[in-house]
Amino acid sequence: MIGIEHYVVVSSILFVLGVLGIFLNRKNIIVILMAIELILLAVNLNLVAFSAFLHDLTGQIFAMFVLTVAAGEAAIGLAILVIYFRSRGTIAVDDVNRMKG
Amino acid sequence: MIQVLAFYLFAVLTIASGAVTILARNPVHSVLWLILAFFNAAGLMVLAGAEFIAMLLVIVYVGAVAVLFLFVVMMLDIDFAELRAGFVKNFPLGMLVAVVLLAEIVLGIGAYRAGALQLGTPDGTAISPAGVTNIAAIGALLYGRYLFLFEASGMILLVAMIGAIVLTHRQRSDTRGQNIARQIGRRPDEATVNVKPEIGQGVKL
Repeated sequence: MIGIEHYVVVSSILFVLGVLGIFLNRKNIIVILMAIELILLAVNLNLVAFSAFLHDLTGQIFAMFVLTVAAGEAAIGLAILVIYFRSRGTIAVDDVNRMKG
Repeated sequence: MIQVLAFYLFAVLTIASGAVTILARNPVHSVLWLILAFFNAAGLMVLAGAEFIAMLLVIVYVGAVAVLFLFVVMMLDIDFAELRAGFVKNFPLGMLVAVVLLAEIVLGIGAYRAGALQLGTPDGTAISPAGVTNIAAIGALLYGRYLFLFEASGMILLVAMIGAIVLTHRQRSDTRGQNIARQIGRRPDEATVNVKPEIGQGVKL
């Protein structure tokens, strides 16, 4: 029988994979953005699983809001990436600290 | 039985494609594996009875976000081999952080199994009514109790859209764009002239 624990385990493994992806691909900001999407997917899976477990739809509503924010974040992140690439010719995030702000 | 089979299929595929997403050498492959991960996560959500969120995941992520990623990855001319240079060097630290995080979560689940906390039960205001489809129940809740949050998320999307356009829009110097102010400011009496040309003389423009 599949219980809430199974869902929590899957979503926590997915979350950890996302964090690992950020650490492993420290230079490649595109893969970092994809890893962030994985983390948000894990959070959504958790929200939906608990919503089904508790018979309460609030989890699904908030999963939708997380989805909205994730879509906006991807759009803005990729736009920043494109203008950064235009001005520098590379997307290596090692030298983003050029402004020393 | 079939639910157990479907759950393990979706779960294994989600985790495997998530792992390949972060390990793939080529970011185009990463995006494609990310799409597979989203599809299988949508399958898991359907299994939990949240079909609306699952379809939303497929439409928004696979239809919009993943395609956006694919566009950007293919549009930028990047030497990806150079970007992978620190992969082996970062591996121990990344593994350490991942193992610590996973250990914490496993600890949490183990403690839950030993005896759940009494966090209270849902108050029943957002309960899914019997005989109503998932999408109808979500719609009633979204346009009722969470209306202001819904409007706020619309504002977030609007700001994200305007921000992305403002950031990436550029004025090219080698193209001739439309000057709307000049078009509107043009009047008939200064735009056209009435001439009566002499034969054989031609007109002066």
